[in-house]
Amino acid sequence: MVPERFRVADRRQETADTWTLELEPVDRPGGFRFRPGQFTMLYAFGAGEVPISISGDPAVPERLVHTVRAVGAASGAICRAEPGRMLGVRGPFGSHWPLGDADGRDLVVVAGGIGLAPLRPVLYEILGARERFRTALLLYGGRQPDQLLYSQEIEEWRERGLDVEVTVDIAPVGWPAGVGVVPDLIDRARFDADEAVAFVCGPEPMIRFSAEALIARGVRADRVHVSMERNMKCAVGHCGHCQLGPEFVCRDGPVFTFERMRAAFGLRDV
Amino acid sequence: MKTMDALLAEVPTFAGMTTPQLEFIAGCATNVRAADGERLFREGDPAEVFYAIRHGSVALELHLPARESVTIDTLHDGDLVGWSWLFEPFRWEFDGRARGDVALIRFDGACLRGKCDADHELGYELMSRFSRVIISRLQATRLRLLDVYGVGAPV
Repeated sequence: MVPERFRVADRRQETADTWTLELEPVDRPGGFRFRPGQFTMLYAFGAGEVPISISGDPAVPERLVHTVRAVGAASGAICRAEPGRMLGVRGPFGSHWPLGDADGRDLVVVAGGIGLAPLRPVLYEILGARERFRTALLLYGGRQPDQLLYSQEIEEWRERGLDVEVTVDIAPVGWPAGVGVVPDLIDRARFDADEAVAFVCGPEPMIRFSAEALIARGVRADRVHVSMERNMKCAVGHCGHCQLGPEFVCRDGPVFTFERMRAAFGLRDV
Repeated sequence: MKTMDALLAEVPTFAGMTTPQLEFIAGCATNVRAADGERLFREGDPAEVFYAIRHGSVALELHLPARESVTIDTLHDGDLVGWSWLFEPFRWEFDGRARGDVALIRFDGACLRGKCDADHELGYELMSRFSRVIISRLQATRLRLLDVYGVGAPV
């Protein structure tokens, strides 16, 4: 429960309110090992602690990478942390994307907005062993072009064999990618639904509609995996802040099958 | 070379219609191509036709006073483009522009309205199918109204 010290090694702006920080462990020789989909509790001293998904490459443990959106006091302080500053880290915590379930199958990665960050480690693993999967597809949606994450990297992923489709809610005339909603991308994407495994992350309404679109295409509900983001505080299933029905999102999640979470998506005002 | 009724059968909106119905509709349809950037229709112009996209993509654009022009939707293989031909005052509500080279089926709206008037069974069938397309676009618009990317906690 005690945070370890990590030094900010690099910081770059992704969008108007979102930054990527690369952190180096001070107290952990051998680096920070994690599995795609896990999160840490990131602590800005004097400001507070927030749960942030890990967005770096699992094969590079010497750098812990987080993409953070500045929406409050703690996340704002983290985004303002210049190289050389010290942050506290607890973790890694939580469940992970079950990449092994997708071996030999079509893997459909569906991301919305900043929800691409927790899926980026998956994309690094796909690109590091592309032959493990048949089709490997990223369907990414955002509000408008200047709010999309990792725009340059997306082009590199395409060149390295990832099929990528991008859509935004609205765009200036001349925008070369799509305009529309993520479920529409799912409807026309080329993959074998009978053999597909899907990972979905983004705002919960987008997760719900995307998961339903995947299932309507014929993907089995137990092969649709979603990442839930709730009000996580302790990160070890004690405090109960992130409880959702019988699940503690920090301990039992954040990655669940949609089948397991389906009832939760139907709860009102939760 | 495929006949027009065979091409129509590949358009999702017309899939499953009977051969006589497809042949009937085919009398109002023509194969056309549009080059990259070509404007297919312009807001306010008479909406005398509509399209089904065989291959390619079409952007729907909206031009606003004192604001940057925006693309509000992109349509793709199999999608229908336009229903202004169905309802008075029969005028386009957006601009439509080809994104890349596009192969389309163009329908004469007045011709098809005439056939629907003459054959109410066909008219009902087509209206049901167009309604599904309109509902699907309405649902997508509602989803965008939620502005799901604009709020929420850090991930």
